[in-house]
Amino acid sequence: MEKHWWKIVGVLLLVYIHIGGMFIEVPRLNILNETARALYFHVPMWFTMILLYGYSVYYSIQYLRNPISDYDLKSMQFAHVGTAFGILGILTGMLWANYTWGTPWHGDPKQNGAAIALLVYLAYFVLRGSLDNEEQRGRLSAVYNIFAFAAMIPLIFIIPRMTDSMHPGNGGNPGFNAYDLDSRMRMIFYPAVIGWFLIGLWIVSLRVRSKKIQERLFDLEDGKI
Amino acid sequence: MGKFRKILFTLIAFLIANIGFAQDAEMADAMRSNGKIYVVVGIILIILLGLILYLFSMDRKLSKLEKELDKLG
Repeated sequence: MEKHWWKIVGVLLLVYIHIGGMFIEVPRLNILNETARALYFHVPMWFTMILLYGYSVYYSIQYLRNPISDYDLKSMQFAHVGTAFGILGILTGMLWANYTWGTPWHGDPKQNGAAIALLVYLAYFVLRGSLDNEEQRGRLSAVYNIFAFAAMIPLIFIIPRMTDSMHPGNGGNPGFNAYDLDSRMRMIFYPAVIGWFLIGLWIVSLRVRSKKIQERLFDLEDGKI
Repeated sequence: MGKFRKILFTLIAFLIANIGFAQDAEMADAMRSNGKIYVVVGIILIILLGLILYLFSMDRKLSKLEKELDKLG
């Protein structure tokens, strides 16, 4: 039980934000109306994705410094779960955009940038899948992973701010500043980020453990032959 | 008296809310007063907790496998 406490913290935070996110008052704004609540669920997907990608890059750098297969495995799993959160972010964003921007794919720089960033990460998995040699795969994918992270930051955070964007918090659009100052929304939003991040870490740990079990099974089989 | 005070308080609260935001946007007030928002909260909580239980069961299964592997050496 002792080593599970952080999972329980994550679950409790999510239960709190799912109840609080639906009940606590949100600013009254036309067009957005009650969909302002989507902020509690849509944005934490992206924050979690970036945090998980950050861990992924950390393990890639660790691998390049010291090529232990454990680092490569962790880097891969963090990127995998991060991409899953990114896809959820895109889908929730499309649903939200449909009712506030009028169309699911607006061609907004933020949307396009996020989609390109996800494609860059999908190429990471293609690269991994196409290499058989373990050391070569580890080294090349670690280098590519660092590139992918470096490409994602401008695609999601810089380019949309340099041009016009409908997305709140970007080019020429003060957007969520009204909410950002709203301490009631912060009380749900930040716990949501922490809660989803902990759940993301949990999923990563499950994936890492299952891969390690697989590796041990392979080792056992090799030993018998 | 209690009821009257409640109504008065609600009216004042509404007034303040309207002055504060100066926008009369359509919100799901009726849905909440009818109590139906609780249904939605219930539904999302069932999904959330269902998925969490799923994660816990996977966690347990992996622990079991790890223990069995440890026995094998």
